[in-house]
Amino acid sequence: MTAGPTPLHRSLAIQARVILALLMREVLTRFGRHNIGFLWLFVEPMLFTLAITAFWTVARGSVLSGLPIVAFAVTGYSSVLLWRNMPSRCCNAIEPNLSLMYHRHVKVIDIFSARILLEAIGATTSFVTLMLAFGAIGWMRAPEDILKVILGWTMLAWFGAALALFIGALSARSDLVEKIWGPISYLLFPLSGAVFMVEWLPPKAQELILLLPMVHGVELLREGYFGSMVHARYDLSYMTFSCLSLTLIGFALERIASREVIPE
Amino acid sequence: MIELDGVVKRYSTRHGSNTVLDGVSFRVNPGEKMGILGRNGAGKSTLIRLISGVERPSSGSITRGMSVSWPLAFGGAFQGSLTGLDNLRFICRIYGVGIQDKIPYVQEFSELGRYLREPVKTYSSGMRARLAFALSMVIEFDCFLIDEIIAVGDKRFHDKCRYELFEKRHDRAMILVSHQAHNIREHCSKACVLHNGAFHEFPDVESAYLFYNENC
Repeated sequence: MTAGPTPLHRSLAIQARVILALLMREVLTRFGRHNIGFLWLFVEPMLFTLAITAFWTVARGSVLSGLPIVAFAVTGYSSVLLWRNMPSRCCNAIEPNLSLMYHRHVKVIDIFSARILLEAIGATTSFVTLMLAFGAIGWMRAPEDILKVILGWTMLAWFGAALALFIGALSARSDLVEKIWGPISYLLFPLSGAVFMVEWLPPKAQELILLLPMVHGVELLREGYFGSMVHARYDLSYMTFSCLSLTLIGFALERIASREVIPE
Repeated sequence: MIELDGVVKRYSTRHGSNTVLDGVSFRVNPGEKMGILGRNGAGKSTLIRLISGVERPSSGSITRGMSVSWPLAFGGAFQGSLTGLDNLRFICRIYGVGIQDKIPYVQEFSELGRYLREPVKTYSSGMRARLAFALSMVIEFDCFLIDEIIAVGDKRFHDKCRYELFEKRHDRAMILVSHQAHNIREHCSKACVLHNGAFHEFPDVESAYLFYNENC
């Protein structure tokens, strides 16, 4: 008999197991076994990005302020999908999973983690596949500084995960959150740095737009991709601080939500 | 052993807070079988859920010194859009046990045939009950929490459940909620009564029923 708290390494093993189980389950319930099944995980974001890329190319020609439009659209829209889909999937994520919480090990944080992880995998695979595919046919060049691209992408993923935690936990408290998050996420898309470089804006607007944490991530990503072709404006310490704060608030809200949740 | 110490559970309702359990303390030793009596809404299921760890007490502590099952009840804990087999996989993954050797058992016990590979939402209530019970027996626990378990199904199914639970696993601890007195009389060595949030423990089942019939 082992009374007392479970040792940390066992707790971590249990958590990893539960998140993996939820992940597999999520893939099945969302994409099913029909046609291409789980491939939809990244084909769906890829189609979105392709549609946006095609639209921009038609609307604005192949070059935008000296930047190749395909690479600009792919880096921009992939970033949006990364930070926006995680919160959207975590919004009202608890309710459809209530029956699974009959199993003690399944906690609110696991449900969020599984969904966040799945979105991150989907968005990343879509981004990498598009880069490789467009690279192969010569529409996109390889990134100038791959490490900067990875850092920018990781920061955006962190921001998305923290926002997902925040929105997800908040949505457990009120139905209003889902209704408000929808319009906000649409409004944030054009403001998120996906469709412009900060330096194109008037100085006053630059200051305001740089209040949004994800803008810094997109700028960093683009600097990594285009190198000296762009003048990126970002402040990594500001973004880190924002993400850290949002993560802490998110965890606190998640803690409250997990105390109050009543499984079916 | 499982030990509850001063467990209180309150739910907030529109009319203020509702205290369902008010200071429940008891202990269940390995192999011990305890019945819980109480009227509808007395807090029996809430108590079971607290012991299983599905919900947390508002105050007080619950110590689980042995492995405790989830609240075994018929019908619940399914993903309707997934197949029976997917649900089995999910449970095996969560509890970290291999699945291959469990499939034949579930197949045989649930008598679902090819329906094991169909979505659970297409099942009849009897099929669901059979699957739920088969899945419950896939993971071994030191203590089983049973919430009104034998409420549906035909006699053959009841007999099978009885054999699996009370004969094959007679050495385990069990906490049993049932409105059917014969279930508790037959399987439990002691019983307790939940009444107005208070917990009354009795050394034997008959005295618990005496109290229950007089007061509840």
